[in-house]
Order: sequence, then C-alpha cells, then structure tokens
Amino acid sequence: MDNDQVTLLGFWASPVAMRVRIALAEKGVRFEYKEQSMRNKSALLLEMNPVHKKIPVLIHNGKPICESLVIVQYIDEMWNQSPLLPSDPYERARSMFWADFVDQKIYDMKRKMMWTARGEEQEAAKKDFIDCLKLLEVELGAKPYFGGETLGYVDVALVPFYCWFHAYETIANFSIEAKCPKLIGWCKRCMQKESVSKSLAGPHKMYNYEEDTSAFRASTMLLV
Amino acid sequence: MAEVKLYGFWPSLFSHRIIWALKLKGVEYEYIEEDLSNKSESLLKYNPVYKKIPVLVHGDKPIAESLIILEYIEETWPENPLLPKDPYERAMARFWIQYGANTGAFSSFYRGSGEELEKAATELLESLKILEQQGLGDKKFFGGESINLVDISYGALGYWFAALEEAKGVKVLEPRTLPRLHAWAKNFVELPVVKENIPAYDKMLAYATDSMKMLARN
Repeated sequence: MDNDQVTLLGFWASPVAMRVRIALAEKGVRFEYKEQSMRNKSALLLEMNPVHKKIPVLIHNGKPICESLVIVQYIDEMWNQSPLLPSDPYERARSMFWADFVDQKIYDMKRKMMWTARGEEQEAAKKDFIDCLKLLEVELGAKPYFGGETLGYVDVALVPFYCWFHAYETIANFSIEAKCPKLIGWCKRCMQKESVSKSLAGPHKMYNYEEDTSAFRASTMLLV
Repeated sequence: MAEVKLYGFWPSLFSHRIIWALKLKGVEYEYIEEDLSNKSESLLKYNPVYKKIPVLVHGDKPIAESLIILEYIEETWPENPLLPKDPYERAMARFWIQYGANTGAFSSFYRGSGEELEKAATELLESLKILEQQGLGDKKFFGGESINLVDISYGALGYWFAALEEAKGVKVLEPRTLPRLHAWAKNFVELPVVKENIPAYDKMLAYATDSMKMLARN
C-alpha cells in the first residue's frame, strides 16, 4: 500500500469532490490533489473520464474511478482502516439509501433554490429543501454522526453541502439553522474533525464564487 | 431463514430487476402486487420517504430503491455472485450502473412528444453508443459470459423499452445503429430467468400505449 499512487482530480467548489477528500483523509491515505478547471478541461481529465468529462476522478495506480459515491465505496473497500460503510448488509443498504437520498434531493436543490426565478417557485424549493433536511435529522436521531460514533458514508455524502449553506441562505433569504438546528449541530460537530475542516471550502468563498459565476452559468448551464 | 417479501407492480421494470436477482440467487419470496392508485398501508410504512415500489422486506426490515435492493441481495446471498470480486472491477460495474440511472434522456424520451421526443431520441442514441462501446465492448454480457448486476440494471432495454419505442413510434435501439447493444438486449431477454419473469410483450405494449395516452392528457 505504501507504493500506491493516488491522485484526485477535483474542483475546489465541488461538494462531490469534497466527499472523496474526506474519505481519503479519514483513511489516512496520501494522495496528490490536482485542481481542475471546469471551463478549460485538462487532457488528463478528458483521458481519465472520457464518458462524463467531470470531476471528481480518483486515479489509483494509473486506473481511473469516476462518480463520487462509487469512488467512496472503492476507497472503503481498498483501505480497511476507519470503515465508512457498516459491515451488516441491512445497515449498509440503509447508508446507501440515505447517501442516494442526498444525491436525489439535496444535490439538485442549489439549482432550484438559487437559479430559478424568485417568488413562488423559489419558496417551494426552499420548503422542499428544509423538508429533506428534516428527514435527514430523523435519520440521524440521537447519534453524533450518521455513522454512529464515527463518521460514516452518509456523513461523507452530506457534509460537503454545509459549505454551500451560507450561499443558499443569503441568496434565497432564509435561515437553515432556525429550521434545522439539529442538522447544523451535526455539521459543526463534523467540522471539528480535520478530515472535514480541511476538505470543505470556506462558506464566504462559496458565496463569492456563486455571485461571480452566476452570469456565466446562466449562459452556459455549467453545473457544479 | 427470515421471510422475504417483495412489494412490486407488474409492469414496473424496477420490480422486474428484483425478481430476476432473487431468482438467480434461488431466494424464496412472497410477491405482493401493489395497486399504485391505492397504495397499501404496508407500502407506506415500509417506504415512507418515496412511497414507491419495489420494496424488499427481509424479516421486518425494508429496503427501498431498486439498485440498492440489488446490492443488498448480492451481499446477503453471496452464491452465484452478480458483481466482480476485484474492487476496481466492482467500481467499474457500479459506474456503468450509475451511468444508466443518471441518463436523463430516458426520462425525456418517455415524456416527450414531437420535437422534444426527436431531441431526446438523438441524445439517448448518443448515450447508448457510449454504453455499447465503452461499457459492453466485445463482451456477450456486461458480466462477461454470464449476466451480472449491470446487465440486470439495463435489462429493460430488451422488452420494456422496445414496447415504449413501439408505443411512441420512435426507434432508438436498432441493429443498424447499435448492433452490439441490440444483440445484447435480445440475448438478455431470451435467458430463461428473464423470459419466465416478465409480462408478455403484448401486455407491455398495451400498458405503454395506455401510459402515453395518460401523459398526453396531462
């Protein structure tokens, strides 16, 4: 394992790339991070992910793995320390269900809440978003993390979106903490872990990025 | 052995995936047909988040979302493995399964008409070309000589999708444009475990035609 060559192609503002950084950090895997430009894709990215041409891509000893949750599962299988998925098949299925819920519901929220017209459509998107976070709060229950006593697969899947919350709140004008204090409590608890705090981008930087690129995105439909 | 129940819906391709996997593993199960216009208390109890079928209930533990159910079946009944052993090959299998799940063109094709339908058909053809060239390659099945979860995840192409193409009057999966994938689809549907566990084609066509009529009304 010491001779492993591990490279991550990512983009600093991408929550799904952050998932991979957290997973690698939790396992203590040394890796080389290569920042990619979304507007000017590198030859390496195009070679390693010819199908989607997107980040994140993990390159392990020359072989590429794409799709953030597929990568996280791969990392969990290759490096046994600090397991992210439970060993019991039912608990694994449960973790996969909630990580998939994050992908189905939370991932798309940004576009709906921030890039759609103001007014009714945005209000509906905000309500939907809060409802989804509340479902996640129920799943968290009394546990410190979704993974129990330690960070697990669902924590890794969800926590990167925390650095987008300030941008969501400012642009869509609402307070997530007021509606979902338990979830924000969980976010802050995760942030006390170095694997998380070092992997997430700063919330103000995310807000500025959102403002700076909104015009460009509107014209090109670039999705991060 | 704890009881296994499958809540399904007879024309649902998601339901069929689970049936094939359970049959391949030799798992005895009770099938419960759901009336989607009048969902049972049990379904709502077992899948409160999405309220959808399929739901697998093992003992009293529910698992929802067909692809997740497939992974659960694979882990719980390891005989006749449906995923590669090698972690990299497993990651590649999962990548191709996700590829289908994330292909928005399927949904656009289903819902579209006129110009939108043409556009969706073109996009879908492009997506399927990539699947054929880079996913399937020269293999008989995605799993090699025998089927695996990737084949199961695309299985609908050989019958359900064919009925949809006929109902919409637009063909995408043809021997002319997608020779290997078309051949794969034919081979897949001929497998006894599939053939014996899907509705007759004329029933699928009638259902697809009715669904399109309902869509047009809405």
